[in-house]
Amino acid sequence: MGGYGDVKLLREDGLRLDGRKVDEMREVEIEAGILPAADGSAWVKHGLNVAVCAVYGPMEAHPRKIQRQDRAVIDVRYNMAPFSTSDRIRPGFNRRSREISKVTAEALESVVLVERYPRSKIRVEIEILAAEAGTRCVGITAAAVALADAGIPMRDLIVGVASGKIEDTVVLDLDKAEDNYGQADLPMGILPTTGEIAFLQMDGDLSVEEYNTCMDYNLKAAREIHVLMVDALKRRYAEKNGGEA
Amino acid sequence: MSGAKEGAELRLVTPGEAIGASTGVRAGTGTLIMGDNIIATRVGWIRENNGVTSVDPIHAAYMPRSGDLVIGVVESVRNNLWFADVNGPFNGLLPMSLAPWKVEFGAARQQMDIGDVMLARVQEVDEAHNIVLTMKGVGLRRLKEGIMSEISMNHISRLRGEGDSTLRTLKEVSDCRVIVAENGRVWVDGDADGITFMRAVLDLVRNEGHKATFNASLEALIDNRRNA
Repeated sequence: MGGYGDVKLLREDGLRLDGRKVDEMREVEIEAGILPAADGSAWVKHGLNVAVCAVYGPMEAHPRKIQRQDRAVIDVRYNMAPFSTSDRIRPGFNRRSREISKVTAEALESVVLVERYPRSKIRVEIEILAAEAGTRCVGITAAAVALADAGIPMRDLIVGVASGKIEDTVVLDLDKAEDNYGQADLPMGILPTTGEIAFLQMDGDLSVEEYNTCMDYNLKAAREIHVLMVDALKRRYAEKNGGEA
Repeated sequence: MSGAKEGAELRLVTPGEAIGASTGVRAGTGTLIMGDNIIATRVGWIRENNGVTSVDPIHAAYMPRSGDLVIGVVESVRNNLWFADVNGPFNGLLPMSLAPWKVEFGAARQQMDIGDVMLARVQEVDEAHNIVLTMKGVGLRRLKEGIMSEISMNHISRLRGEGDSTLRTLKEVSDCRVIVAENGRVWVDGDADGITFMRAVLDLVRNEGHKATFNASLEALIDNRRNA
């Protein structure tokens, strides 16, 4: 790591290039229920990342060979729009989106009460409209809100957050430059009420102390985002209820 | 059950939110006991009844129960049975023996083919969620004309009203035959004018079914039609 040693990611005053403190998150906005055709949906803006998620089902799983006799399968399709980055992305499934779809499905399986719907399928479609590092985390957050909006029983919501290391300093929520030229990246899927971790990946090296700091940052950020998720879900139904929640 | 509610004790909860201590209460639908707490598993309103705490979900998939009247769409046909999509997580199975026709083995398609719509009743649901449908019963038949529409599960009671009063009014005003099935599907048949009116009603249910003002809006729509 550190092959880009000449790229300065921290300013003289200790703040990051975009003026954030090391433990400061990018701004997050969440809306629930934005797609009328889906059973549940969500829109999440996290910094410059924009993700839309639609949930369909539970429905009978087809083809039959994918059915599980004791639980529902969660079929996640993570996709980046061709226009989401500065270089055009070739439309369609690729190695990266397949991997993210798989790990997202596994993260969601640990919160959704899949055993309630044996032999069925829950379809989760995550579409990244704009990308600026950390899209898998934004996708997980959006999927959690959309699943709750669809009325699918869950143990908890799940929040996607990441922290990492730049210039030997642990920072929360890497942006594009920090992700590209930083030393490590630690995305996590956290169950905010219990603090359980349902998803964890690590790119780069972290010492035990650095890892623990990352963990603290991620937990703190997860709680902050959780408040916004709950607010988005309640706001949707407060509106529907004539403004009285 | 659903819709706008009055009273301060109603609380909207989201999955994972602690509702209260688990001692002395039983966890009902939409809740789960985790440690010392009862937590919600769905977005909905808390309801407490005879020591059972449950969450009335705002949005939920149809869960079939035996005896439910459902509108199904044929999804596949075998030699002696039909599989129907009943708007839920599991498909319903209609065996030849429970169909209203005498059909020879292999001729099932001649009575009902893929995409055809049927009015059926849930005969039984077993522990593995296998659903058996029946078309033996008064009024159960293949629906050959009219329109089919879907509304959210928890708006069904709003469309029906207290003791089906709203539904009766709608039938009378629209001069249509209307069936509101337990699985959130609605079938309407009548003249074009009546169907147009019912379409407007169903749109209202879909868009404003949660609102406290729903009944007033529906009244206005009905009055409008009566005076036209």
